[in-house]
Amino acid sequence: MSTSTSAARTAPGEQDGPRRVPPAARRRPVTPGRVLLYAVLTLVSLAWLFPVVWAVYNSFRDYAFTAVNGYVSFGGFTLDNYARAWEQGDFGRHFLNTLVIVVPSVLVTLFLASMVAFVLARFSWGLNVAMLVFFTAANLLPQQALLIPLFRFFLRVGLYDSYWALIIVHVAFQMGFCTFVLSNYMKTLPKELTEAAFVDGAGVLRQYVQIILPLCRPPLAALATLQVTWVYNDFFWAVAFLSTGDKFPVTSALANLQGQFFIDYNLLSAGSVIVAVPTLVVFFALQRHFVSGLTLGANKG
Amino acid sequence: MTATPVAPPPAPAAGGGARPRRRRRTRLQLLTTTDRVVLAVMVAVPALIVLCIVWLPTLGTVLLSFTGWNGIGGLDRVNFVGTDNYEAITTSYPPFWTAIRNNVLWLAVFFLVATPLGMFLAVLLDRDLKGSWFYRSSIYLPVVLSLALAGFIWQLIYSRDQGLLNVVLGLEGSDRVDWYGDPSVNIWAVLVAASWRHVGYIMLLYLAGLKSVDLALKEAAAMDGASETRTFFSVVFPTLAPINVVVLVITVIESLRAFDLVWVVNKGRNGLELLSALVTANIVGEASLVGFGSAIATILFAIAMVFVVPYLGSILREERR
Repeated sequence: MSTSTSAARTAPGEQDGPRRVPPAARRRPVTPGRVLLYAVLTLVSLAWLFPVVWAVYNSFRDYAFTAVNGYVSFGGFTLDNYARAWEQGDFGRHFLNTLVIVVPSVLVTLFLASMVAFVLARFSWGLNVAMLVFFTAANLLPQQALLIPLFRFFLRVGLYDSYWALIIVHVAFQMGFCTFVLSNYMKTLPKELTEAAFVDGAGVLRQYVQIILPLCRPPLAALATLQVTWVYNDFFWAVAFLSTGDKFPVTSALANLQGQFFIDYNLLSAGSVIVAVPTLVVFFALQRHFVSGLTLGANKG
Repeated sequence: MTATPVAPPPAPAAGGGARPRRRRRTRLQLLTTTDRVVLAVMVAVPALIVLCIVWLPTLGTVLLSFTGWNGIGGLDRVNFVGTDNYEAITTSYPPFWTAIRNNVLWLAVFFLVATPLGMFLAVLLDRDLKGSWFYRSSIYLPVVLSLALAGFIWQLIYSRDQGLLNVVLGLEGSDRVDWYGDPSVNIWAVLVAASWRHVGYIMLLYLAGLKSVDLALKEAAAMDGASETRTFFSVVFPTLAPINVVVLVITVIESLRAFDLVWVVNKGRNGLELLSALVTANIVGEASLVGFGSAIATILFAIAMVFVVPYLGSILREERR
């Protein structure tokens, strides 16, 4: 990233150099408009990065130092905030909670959605469109529209304040989006693939497990990446269905760090960075999957 | 955050037109009984989960909104009160109108500022640029963070005593503004943080859309001597219609769902009232006014449906073709 930054900073004069310049750019001389374009983009990018960079910067600084010199200063660097945030925020436990919620939620969602998508995309039975709407629309509702009866229901059956409540609600809520994306993808797979198997006497279950599922690896990978970040980032359902602080996943547990006698912003920064790290790792490592997942449902192709 | 699907494109034809394929799904009558049972189970189990966890509770919310239930005792204690809850909400519950105002404001800022900005950045980035990876990634970065986390991160900028903003503006002593705490400004502060995330999301969707625009179209327009601006509005923009629909729906839904950010700041009180926060406060908070909270949730649901139903209608039409 840093190399890109310096490239961007020095860019306006030299971006039309001989190397790696696409044909369209070569025809273009360095015009004021082009310089302005780079200037605007650099400015916007830096402005967009800034809040995160600011949080990271302050997470490495001593509270006593910033209390005296103000936050807009230089110095007082320490790793202490991370140790303290980890301990006070009890992040070990909360990361474990998140794991217990995210893994089954994502796996079950993808499993169920792929089954529905398979049936809707590959078989014609008159209710295909209605069922697709039934699943897709469920994903478009505001969460609060179903909160109250669900809250009472979980309370009644003893699932309130348990991970099961969260896993069930994540599965039910996210299934719509996954079904939609997967069924669109499965429709593009050639009919002949399953027809041949069908003629050979393979049942639908075999067609699904041995032919269609293996071909769906790309959208499944994209959806898995996306779902992991979404379920990881969930704040609302955890607040609504958990009451024991120890059970909270990391995103919602961060609020605990806020409840100090005074607010130690260095500590809060360190906590925020700790919570952000897993999603940032996913973002940088699986960017392609992540982006294609987001646009799978919204893009032609 | 939730992405929103768009009506599927006609499947890329392996040979011949795109439409015949859809007709060539296997008909159920051709299958054996076992296969039919398997297929039925494959749909029925997920459908049952969605029905019980999403659709029945939604229906329940609408029904409960006409009752005066306070959540104590069994369902036999439920008494129907007609539209009393709605009357109370609109006439004697001031936070409701603040919430409506804030929700409208949220929608307006997303529509008039964040969405056009995201689209503009996508257009700028849709050229061959050096370092475009860096620009794209930094603008897109906030999208992977949760809205709750965005709330915490921006606290470092908005804090009255230790925030960056007051220092940069040179505000001292009693002139300092408590950006998150002052009910006259905090909705704007929160909107900046929320837009910070929304712009990247919209940019990404438009970038994907712009990639699929036929280059020949642009070149033809350029040959005819159209300016870039003219080309965009007359040639490119119309081809983005499906993306525009998605962006419209996402913007509306994200505005209505906005919750995490205001909840981490002050639990959606004191200037940060939103419909979603009011529903939640009425149910997980100390007061358990089930009927009353349900009526607010129903209003929220109804507003969402105004946008979701036509959108689903368009999916249906696409599917049937």
